[in-house]
Amino acid sequence: MEKLRYERPVVKKLNTGMMNKFGTRTEYNPVTHIDGVSVKGLIEKYGSPLFVISERTIRQTYQDCKRAFTNRYPRVQMAWSYKTNYINAVCNVFHQEGSWAEVVSGFEYNKALQNGVPGNKIIFNGPDKTDNDLKLAIDHNSLIHIDHLDELYRLMEITKEVNKRPRVAIRVNMDTGVYPMWDRFGFNYETGQAWDAINKIILNDQMDLVGLHCHIGTFMLTANAYAIAASKLADLAYHIHAKFNKKISYIDLGGGFASKNTLRGSYLQGNVSSPSFDDYAEAICSALLNAEYSKQELPLLILETGRALIDDAGSLCGTVLANKRLSDGRRATIMDFGVNILFTSFWYEHKLSPAQEFSHYTEDGVVYGPLCMNIDVIRENITLPPMKKGDNVVVHSVGAYNMTQWMQFIAMRPNVVMIDMDSKVHLIRNKETLEYINNIEEMPAYLKEFNLS
Amino acid sequence: MKIKKNIAISESGFIFNPTTGDSFSTNPIGFEIIHLLKEDKNKDEIKQTILNRYAVDESTFEKDFYDFSTLLQNSQIAED
Repeated sequence: MEKLRYERPVVKKLNTGMMNKFGTRTEYNPVTHIDGVSVKGLIEKYGSPLFVISERTIRQTYQDCKRAFTNRYPRVQMAWSYKTNYINAVCNVFHQEGSWAEVVSGFEYNKALQNGVPGNKIIFNGPDKTDNDLKLAIDHNSLIHIDHLDELYRLMEITKEVNKRPRVAIRVNMDTGVYPMWDRFGFNYETGQAWDAINKIILNDQMDLVGLHCHIGTFMLTANAYAIAASKLADLAYHIHAKFNKKISYIDLGGGFASKNTLRGSYLQGNVSSPSFDDYAEAICSALLNAEYSKQELPLLILETGRALIDDAGSLCGTVLANKRLSDGRRATIMDFGVNILFTSFWYEHKLSPAQEFSHYTEDGVVYGPLCMNIDVIRENITLPPMKKGDNVVVHSVGAYNMTQWMQFIAMRPNVVMIDMDSKVHLIRNKETLEYINNIEEMPAYLKEFNLS
Repeated sequence: MKIKKNIAISESGFIFNPTTGDSFSTNPIGFEIIHLLKEDKNKDEIKQTILNRYAVDESTFEKDFYDFSTLLQNSQIAED
């Protein structure tokens, strides 16, 4: 006779009508497959933990976002934010969809060039551009977004040295009615810093001011802030034209669209509280269309949104290492992935799904990572079905920032695979090895030997 | 370990402790173990019953049984 499926025995106190920090049961079905590929099969072949990227989700999300804007505004260009996820295969899916590259360092700039992005389709943001970075960007006719006066003055000097006219924009920060106001990137609008930089660039006549850029915040839960930013940049562009007879050809509203993840401490789930692409598009496009442009003069709208385009396409498959009972009675489940590779668990209450059948019984508990560190908490409060050592889980919506901000701490960073449109699996980043880490270390000769006998 | 005499257990796994007023729910395997305890089965007898019926290895069940017993005692459903 076939034996029954085993589930750990649980007993749970019932608190009818009481508020609690765990919330209600959220898992109803196991996530056994991602894009038609078995989770257990993936783990068997590529190891655990394992990042899985869905090419189908990337393309669908990108197209949804693009459509929301192009339905409302005639000239829209997306630029893939490399810092959000710069695994080359991921970048190239976005480039195949038509995205330019938006980079914030020389490392990212060279990555984009090596991926085959034409230099004039690379937007160079960020406060840290070395002389070599700037020269390379000028050589490739890239769009250089000037962040501060030191950079502007240095760029003027380099321009003289190389005797070329770079295409530039200034980064503008402003009050968009949200708190905290992000005023660290670029020149302030309200205090006149932006005008000061614009005057310097145009009167100096060594570079072409072709655009205006802003990056008003991250995980913006109000679309209206973008409407204010778009209005202010459009107003600035209009007055630049009026004052200098200089046409600004694009307005770049940066990134910051919220994904559907739930922020830690948030009362509402992310899929309820985050604005949709249509909400952002309506706010931004309406503001630009209502600005003082004729239909023929509308500037190109550039968007550098990263998180909202890639978060849902990434999953982290992992394995239960152990269960234990904490002193206060809560169940603690220890996973084989920690905050070193799931950095976003500091910000989000990530949704976790078991990857095998389970009953409707649940336990309130905490999910820890394997690091020998007290900060290694994946979920502080979560209601999950009983799982045993060796069971698998899928953490959803981890595509943004984890594969760039992850740390090589205690263990190696794991494999990353992409499931293509035909449900074929491709290894797109190899698991790191001890040799890989040791290759970049050097041992001084006098430290090579020791005697512990 | 014994289930306290005054504990009420329904067929659906609902448990009520009239002394404290607390109520609990348990899953089918927990319900089965509680019933075995009520029938005064000892740990080894319970283990053998579960190993015969469910797809689980001995060490996994031992760990889980230890945890479950502690929970039953802490919840004042069972006593030594």
